Amino acid sequence: MAKVKAGSWVEIYSVILEPGQRAPQVPEDTAKVPLELKVKGFLQSDAELGDEVEIETIIGRKYTGKLIDAEPSYDHSYGRPIPELLKVGRELKEILKGEGGNG
Amino acid sequence: MNAGDYNEVMARKNEIMKKAVGIDYDQFRVNNLVFDYEEMMAKAGYQLDEIIDIQKDTGVGQTPLLELKNITEVARKLSPAGKGARIFLKDEAANPSGSYKARRASVSVYHAEKQGYPGVVAATSGNYGAAVASQAIMRNLETIIVQEVFDSDDKGQPEILEKGRKCEAYGSEVLQLSVGPELFYVFLKVLEETGYFNASLYTPFGIAGVETLGFEIINQLREREELEPDAIICTNAGGGNLTGTARGVIKAGAKETKIIGASVDLSGLHMASDKDFNRKSFTTGHTGFGIPFATWPDRADVPLNAARALRYMDRYVTVNQGEVFYMTEALAAIEGMERGPAGNTSLAAAFAIAREMDEDQVIVVQETEYTGAGKHPIPQLNFAMENGVEVKRGNPDEEVPGQSIIIPEEPGLIKARDLDLGKIRSSYLKKAINSSGIENIGDKELEFLAAEANLDIASVKKMIAEIDEIKVDFK
Repeated sequence: MAKVKAGSWVEIYSVILEPGQRAPQVPEDTAKVPLELKVKGFLQSDAELGDEVEIETIIGRKYTGKLIDAEPSYDHSYGRPIPELLKVGRELKEILKGEGGNG
Repeated sequence: MNAGDYNEVMARKNEIMKKAVGIDYDQFRVNNLVFDYEEMMAKAGYQLDEIIDIQKDTGVGQTPLLELKNITEVARKLSPAGKGARIFLKDEAANPSGSYKARRASVSVYHAEKQGYPGVVAATSGNYGAAVASQAIMRNLETIIVQEVFDSDDKGQPEILEKGRKCEAYGSEVLQLSVGPELFYVFLKVLEETGYFNASLYTPFGIAGVETLGFEIINQLREREELEPDAIICTNAGGGNLTGTARGVIKAGAKETKIIGASVDLSGLHMASDKDFNRKSFTTGHTGFGIPFATWPDRADVPLNAARALRYMDRYVTVNQGEVFYMTEALAAIEGMERGPAGNTSLAAAFAIAREMDEDQVIVVQETEYTGAGKHPIPQLNFAMENGVEVKRGNPDEEVPGQSIIIPEEPGLIKARDLDLGKIRSSYLKKAINSSGIENIGDKELEFLAAEANLDIASVKKMIAEIDEIKVDFK
């Protein structure tokens, strides 16, 4: 596996609470899964994906956890236009041009 | 951070909070039921004129108020003669971090700096994180934001991913958690480890920061239109937006302006459910927060919540997800304003309510928020479809939260559905009285409960007497 260099901006993962440790008030589906944490920071020493590593966050705090992403990215975007919304503007302009009501 | 000490940390909750907020809330308590809300707001917070100065310092507030002439015109076309109020919109997206939350963060961050805290922490998956981070940069403090982001399949709401990105853009450390209320435990650990200030959404600082919003609306309309609005409508979740705005309206001396709350109807979806988490398209401004916080505000991360929406609400309505997406599209398509979903919950409700009102009346939608990748109808609806939610045109009355999103076939189908405030008040009274253990209700208790429930003393007394689950004597 490729080495991730110390100093790289990475993301780590850890389990905060195991399924048996979840708060009593959580619903059943949530109680069955762990409470997980992800945090990003600068890798403190060379490592491979899956290793337990230490990072320093952008404000200089240290966390340890499993190295899960050597190049964390922002993947949220827009995606394809929504057909159900495409005509809304045209329909409203038709209403504005039309007669009737208190217009 | 390790898992072994959950109970121990939770047991230290009060002590950690006292240090991290710097307020001794016990000084405002009269007994187990009654506390002096106004004294808490006055003593622990700041005065309005001070807050205006604090916000001027960091470019917060003084946002434009726009009249939505085309949307108003559409409402009139669909209304009988004489009906269709003028709809105005307060463009809060113009705040430095892109939402009204900059107001809410501004006083907390100012206070943290003044008290010498090295940084601030906030537990939020909303715009508040970016607001705290942005204000903190201006005051040279570090920020940590604790977010609930993804489900057990590692899938995150696009809206929250965007909010996380924005916090990171402002140099925050962002802790991203899976679904669950134990986020609070992580939050407490961070406060304890760092000694940072808890920039809670629910302190007097946070709520007082929003007072300027209501105050500005009244003054802008007085100056420009020589009138006071008949109604102001606030998207309601934890209650702080509505509470702060209403207090500002009162401070501006507008006595006739009605305060309306609006939430997206997400009934049937459990807020702490791993499976339901990604079946909702709205991460805030919905009934999953709005109703529990209205019926019992003291469920927040501070001992006494300064956001007490029930005190100020004259009416509380819900709208459906599809109606909000429709109005978000309308705002872009016929008003030329592309904005994020939060304020558009109120806008959808305002569009329906305007049609009940006379054409010379005015209703104000009191916020917008920035939009962008993730927090926009296109990614939100694509995400809904990927999670098995059906998206179609039709009658929004048929929408089932978590199963379908129905974009109205025509705007006349958009409704503001009234929630029964009587029921909400009754729930509040049950919870407040029964959890206090108080058995005798005297004048000071009645006066407190009347203010809390926004009723007169005779009505609150009658309501208490009629609730079977409350066993008390009147002194």
